[in-house]
Order: sequence, then C-alpha cells, then structure tokens
Amino acid sequence: MKNLNDAKQIYWNPLVETLPLEKLKALQLKKFKRILKWAYERSRFHRRLYDEAGLKPEDIKVYEDVTKVPKVEKSMMRDIQRKDPFPYGDALCVPLEEVTEFRQTSGTTGTPVYQPDTWQDWEWWSEAWAYLLYAQGYRKTDRVFIPFGYNIFVAFWAGHYAAEKIGCEVIPGGVLDTEARILKIQELRATAMMATPTYVLGMADTAKKKLGIDPSKDLTIRKITCAGEPGASIPSTKKRMEEAWGAKVYDHVGATEIGAWGFECTAQPGGIHINEALFLTQLEDVETGEIIEEPGRTGKIVITALDRIAQPCIRFDSKDLAQWAEEPCPCGRTFRLLKGGVIGRADDITKVKGVLLSPSAIEEVVHGIKGLGNEFEVIVTKKGDLDDITLKIEILPEAEGNRESILTQLRDQLRLKTNLGYNIEVHPYNSLPRYEVKAKRFKDLRGKP
Amino acid sequence: MNRREIKKLDTRIRKIKKAAEELKSLSGGIQAIDRNAERILASVKMLEINISDIIDLV
Repeated sequence: MKNLNDAKQIYWNPLVETLPLEKLKALQLKKFKRILKWAYERSRFHRRLYDEAGLKPEDIKVYEDVTKVPKVEKSMMRDIQRKDPFPYGDALCVPLEEVTEFRQTSGTTGTPVYQPDTWQDWEWWSEAWAYLLYAQGYRKTDRVFIPFGYNIFVAFWAGHYAAEKIGCEVIPGGVLDTEARILKIQELRATAMMATPTYVLGMADTAKKKLGIDPSKDLTIRKITCAGEPGASIPSTKKRMEEAWGAKVYDHVGATEIGAWGFECTAQPGGIHINEALFLTQLEDVETGEIIEEPGRTGKIVITALDRIAQPCIRFDSKDLAQWAEEPCPCGRTFRLLKGGVIGRADDITKVKGVLLSPSAIEEVVHGIKGLGNEFEVIVTKKGDLDDITLKIEILPEAEGNRESILTQLRDQLRLKTNLGYNIEVHPYNSLPRYEVKAKRFKDLRGKP
Repeated sequence: MNRREIKKLDTRIRKIKKAAEELKSLSGGIQAIDRNAERILASVKMLEINISDIIDLV
C-alpha cells in the first residue's frame, strides 16, 4: 500500500469518506441491523418499544425498512431515567459496572437526560470527532486550546480526546477566566481552538476591550471549531468570528444522546456533512412523516448512532431541522451535505403574532449589522390577547454616532427577514448577559404569570 | 486500496483482537492486565469500524 503523507491527506479515513452513497447505505443497513439486535436483546426499554410495535429485528431486511422502527424521543429517555439500573433506567445495554463515563444534556429543552458510555463508546466519541477535526484541517502540528469548563456536559470533552488521537498538542483551558485564557493562547501560540460561537465572539471582545489584544493580529489561532449553537452556520455570525480572529471558523453538530454526527470541512461549502460511516440519518417531513430525499425541502432529522452500545441511540427524533444540499461538496467526500447546517429546531420555531419565527433568523440580522454588539436578547410576552416581541441590543461605543442609521437598518432587516415588528431596546454596551456555553437569548414568557 | 489489501489489514486486526482476549483469559485476574487489554479491545473496535466493516463494500 502506498504511504500517504499526513500533511497531504484530507480524509481521516478515505476508505469510507469516499464510498458511493449506495455503498454507504449498505454499510448503514448492516450496522443498523446489528445495533437493533443488540438493543432488542439487552434492553427492556427497547424490547418493550419494539414488541409493542409488533417488530422484531429480523423484520429489517432492506434500507427502506428502517422507517418501520419506532422513533425514540427525548421525553421517553427522561421517563426511564432514575429507575433501575440507577440512574439510567432500562435502556442500558451493558452491566452498570461497564459504564465508565457519565454525561448529561444541558437541559435547554427540559429536565437533563443522563447518558452512560462504556470506554468503547468513549473511543467511538473521539473517533467521530477525529473525522471532523481532520476534515477541518487539524494535524499533528497543531497546538489546540480548549477554553471550556470541563464538566458534566459532553461539549468539547470528545474534541479534546480526538485532537490527542490525531496527534495535536492539547491545552485544556479549564477553570481559567477569559482573560487568562487569551493570555495563555498568546503565550503558547496556540493555532486552533474549540468553543461556542457566543464565547468565540465574547473572547474577541474581551481581548480587544480589556487586554488591548487584537486576536486577528496578535494571536495565532487560525482555525476554530464551533459547537453547541448554530452560529458557525449563520453567515453573518461566521463572518464576525472569522474577521475578529483572522481564522477559519467551522461548524460541528452533535448531541449528548446522539454523538458528533455532523461537520463542516475546509471547503466551507455552506453546509455540514453527515458522518455517514457512523450515523444513519433521515430527513422526515414534519407534518406527514414522509422521508425527504430531494434538496430544498425542510425536514426533521431522525438519526441512529450505528456503533454506540451502552445506551443505544436508534431512530432518535432530534427535532433538528435541515435540508439536503443540491450539489455534492468539492472536498470529494461522499458523506451528504445539509445546506446551511441545522437551520432550526422543530421545538424552537414558534408562532409570534401568527408568524413562524426562528431565533436563528434574528441572529442572522443582528450579526449582519455593523455597529451592533454581539449580544442580544429576544423576549416574547402577551399584552392582553396580543403577542408582543422585544429585541434588546447593544450598540458598540465606537458606533454610537450612527445610532439612528443602525436602528433603521435593524428594523428594516427584521421586517424583511422575519415579517415581524419589534420593540427595540438599546442597552448600554456590556450590560446584556454574556454566556460561555449555550446562550439563552430567546425567552418566550407567554403563558407565564 | 484494493480489497486484498483491506483483507490483509482485517486479518491483522483479528489477530490483535484475539491476542488481547487471550491476555485477559491468561491474566489471572490481574487488573493491570485486564483493564489495559480492555482498552486495547476498545481501540480494536475502532479499527473494525474503519476497516473490517467495509470489506464487502470495497
């Protein structure tokens, strides 16, 4: 076999990343049958679910049969946890003593869900991350800074392990505060970083305003992997981050219950690849449940982690909304692309004044207007019988002279992009909440006393 | 890489797996052997995912 030079390679595993789609689907079917049988034979939760649907693992014969398998929703996982075997409940497929990792979801949409993993699962987590970091250009020569409070959320833990697996030098920026992290990046000349979009922008702000450091000139970060929020797939937010840091910014999508299933590559094709070697993903029409194969139609992502064994994730209803891209990616991967990444969440899109509103659309507008700060907050309330929507923003001190023109632009763009009128409140710069992990900028207070 | 080369890789993967399993069976319960062998097996699984699982597709 010809030896491929690491620096010239673009794929972590060229054997699977360039498999034709029909072969990828054959691989997925083989693995889907395997994980389904595994779960059916080992977990009371899965056996109950499939027995109630009158389904046996051997009923799955062709790829199209996958949709016969009942979906799992997050609420179902919430219902079983804290029961035997404590604290995970009966979706667990391995003896409790084989669990080596505990993580939990952030609780953004309700009670956190606990997630057990074996050491093999943990290897699998970092393998999935290795695919994505390699696709984003991480190599042995990189010094990767991770400004993340290592804790019960999975967030960048697997990114840390994957960067090590690739051979990068990893600096855990754990309990340091933002200023200390920036100074450490500068001192050690880190070349790459992983953080939420909100924190990437917040760090750049702190560097400039408090330390007099311009990250694009005074620091050596040249690639940033984002996760946890959709910002890196929102063009105006991505542009802000790339300009602030003088770095390429790449998106990554994953979830505690699923794994690291999607990534943007260095071609930055305006979308994310699904890792189709490790995940089987289908887009489903939100209303009819019909499987969507064609580009341009929005559907809900239903996903299976094909190799995760402790608490399998089979046909998980992610509530994430996406569309297939029209064109394949110029990077040569055959892993399919989702145009614009995850474009919203089925449970995020809410009706305000009778209009469907996605918080991402507001972010796209705010971050697209020069002179507005990175932070904002949206509050929906009821005034009598009518919905009322308030947008809190900050204007950068240096842009105060253009306040009226900025506000006019903002009103016009919001009307154009979201079809809604807003009460706009300008708050003093640096007064809105700053977030390190997932920002909570959208507050729907309707129905609350 | 052709199918023959992938099969060669798969053969080596199977050998590593067998050797790690044998280590466990010969360990006499010594945890320093058992647990390290278990970690080797977890890495072997990643090789299976990347190589062995696709033999019949290449």
